[in-house]
Amino acid sequence: MTMACAGCVATPSRRDVAPVASDIVLHLPDIHCAACIGAVEDGLARVQGVRDVRVNLSQKRAFVAAAPEVNSDVLIGRLAALGHRAQLLDGTQVAGQGAVGQDLLMRIGVAGFAMMNVMLLSVAVWAGAAESTRQVFHLVAAAISLPAVAFSARPFFASAYRALAAGRLNMDVPIALAIGLSALVSLVGALSGSDRASWFDAALALTFFLLLGRYLDHLGRYAARSAAADLAALATPQALLMRDGREHVVRADTLLPGDVVRVTPGSRIPADGVILEGSSELDCAALTGETAPDPRQRGQDVAAGEMNLIAPLLVRCTRAGTDTTLRRLADLIAQAEMQKSRYSGLADRAARLYAPVVHLLGLAAFAGWWGATGDAGRAIEVAVSVLVITCPCALGLAVPAVSTVTTARLFRLGLLVKSRTALERLAEIDEVVFDKTGTLTTGLAVLETVPSDHDLMLAAGLAAGSSHPLSRALCAAAAERGLAPVAVQDVAEVAGCGVTASLDRVSLRLGRPEWVAPDRTASDRSEVWLQRGTDAPVVFAFSEQLRPDAAACVAALRADGIGVALLSGDAPAAVARIARALDLNEAQARVTPEGKVAWLQARAAAGRRVLMVGDGLNDTGALAVAHASLAPSTALDAARSLADVVLLSDSLLPIPGALAQSRRARRRMGQNMALALGYNLVSVPLALAGLATPLIAAIAMSTSSLTVSANAMRSTS
Amino acid sequence: MNVLVYLIPVSVTLGLLGLGGFVWTLRSRQYEDPEGSRARVLDDRWDDAPRS
Repeated sequence: MTMACAGCVATPSRRDVAPVASDIVLHLPDIHCAACIGAVEDGLARVQGVRDVRVNLSQKRAFVAAAPEVNSDVLIGRLAALGHRAQLLDGTQVAGQGAVGQDLLMRIGVAGFAMMNVMLLSVAVWAGAAESTRQVFHLVAAAISLPAVAFSARPFFASAYRALAAGRLNMDVPIALAIGLSALVSLVGALSGSDRASWFDAALALTFFLLLGRYLDHLGRYAARSAAADLAALATPQALLMRDGREHVVRADTLLPGDVVRVTPGSRIPADGVILEGSSELDCAALTGETAPDPRQRGQDVAAGEMNLIAPLLVRCTRAGTDTTLRRLADLIAQAEMQKSRYSGLADRAARLYAPVVHLLGLAAFAGWWGATGDAGRAIEVAVSVLVITCPCALGLAVPAVSTVTTARLFRLGLLVKSRTALERLAEIDEVVFDKTGTLTTGLAVLETVPSDHDLMLAAGLAAGSSHPLSRALCAAAAERGLAPVAVQDVAEVAGCGVTASLDRVSLRLGRPEWVAPDRTASDRSEVWLQRGTDAPVVFAFSEQLRPDAAACVAALRADGIGVALLSGDAPAAVARIARALDLNEAQARVTPEGKVAWLQARAAAGRRVLMVGDGLNDTGALAVAHASLAPSTALDAARSLADVVLLSDSLLPIPGALAQSRRARRRMGQNMALALGYNLVSVPLALAGLATPLIAAIAMSTSSLTVSANAMRSTS
Repeated sequence: MNVLVYLIPVSVTLGLLGLGGFVWTLRSRQYEDPEGSRARVLDDRWDDAPRS
């Protein structure tokens, strides 16, 4: 017969592993069913020049192969007409992400095939096949398992070699030792026709179960990485560069000092610079957390990340790219990241304790048996059985199985878990710190006072042309009451102050209190005054809108015994109002980004494990330094990419649920560890006594792996 | 026990067939989109002829 080498048959060729050639990759956040797939594929296929469309529902992406003249904007517009949101992903960042998973699956397939065949042969031997039949069976088993082990267990051998070459011990060293030694000892036995037990099936079963654990672990990391790639690929801020009197759209990170950019109202400043032309109001909430817009004029500095609200600006860049104000927090972040990488997960800590113990046990078994019997072959056999039985199959599954199941559950709750150890860290949280603007509040202002219909219509008429947040709040309030804005004449916007207009030759002014009526004193609330001619001004007061379920979220956290605090860069009055609405005792205003970091470090030093929830650039340092961090989906890219967990929905309610799920997952991991160790406590004495046969090893390995996986998937009502 | 001379190659060949099948499913990317495959079953556009 011809024995094909399983390894050669199965080695994936490079050509097939490379992802489908696709010109355009679209991110489709809303697709969820067969009808969506059909609509997207049919809709895009009808666009001129599109050759092939393939929707991947698991990744929520569409891969489009199209002629070069097809523009992604056309595809996105076509999808928008069909009612599907779509965003362009950076194809180079997305490509080639799945290759490692494919490779592991192939190795699992080969190990599984070989394990089943060798197990059949072993069962015959255990059932009593003797003499030449047994030797033939052993030789056939060797012919199947050696290539299979060489192919499937390569990741373990390679990792163990790397560790040993660097003079370290890792979990893969005992694994590689157990697999390699058991295969070698069995080969020698098979060739010499000895009547010793064969460990081929044990070597293969070990490889199979360990690869399974490795694959689950990979799925978790892959999900985290591809989520991060999604976010990064979406975040390519653009700038309007003025050159030779024309506008060019360029990536913000390619700007150089001295470049002149145009910043339209409603977009962010791409780089630090000085205003050359125009005056406007800037929303600095992302950098400082302050909600009140800041007026800026010609000659004043602007910083990257600030949002232009009112009028177009021409800005000459002074610092750009990686040198901007955005990066002044980079030191804070880098420091915090280093601290965080020192946090080792449950699995790592177990491995660090486990690996030396396993080696010592194996060595002790060998030395003990050699000394006692003088039979080196028997001593090696016992040592192999100890190594095989202590091999951390179940331990390797214990943590990844639980985190895979829990991450999927959290995803259904609307949370994207990005970091591998995030679940374990979330489980330890005993205090939650919120940022105010954009996190507890929607970041939008709402009208608080109840003006008369006539005043509101008039104010909305003046505000209609402005993109200032308070103007939009006025228009929204009018629309809510079903009032149409009054048509006014001669509307002119006075940057930093307000709007003037006239109606029936009476002049109207809407804007800052000190500009409308300098002789009157305004309260510290955020207010807009409307003055008709020389009448007494009408006061419109605004307040920030709490997210609808912020109070419920805080209450649920309190009910779980978790402390809640508020850290904001905004003015004390605004912070106090929110703190009162949510009944928070611990609320601080005017906290700088560095202040937030210091506050969190002080808390950590006091032994508290704090979860930071924030969305702005001023939170990034705090997000990085906190024990765990969470960002809402509306957060800035920098905050989202730093946070361990991203909220996908608008609601804050999943947060207490996520903490509860993580605590449950953490308990499950502990149970799994205990189960896995329990099996070892029973079987290791057997192995040390020389009583462990390959049959016992096979049963112990399979049942412990199955129990651990079943425990991970067990659902709780 | 001479029958083993046939039976062992037969069993190994059957096993290899299974492995070959797995390799084929892997190479034709059937594990890349489990969610999508679950949904596409309900799609009747390609009932009469497979998608090219």
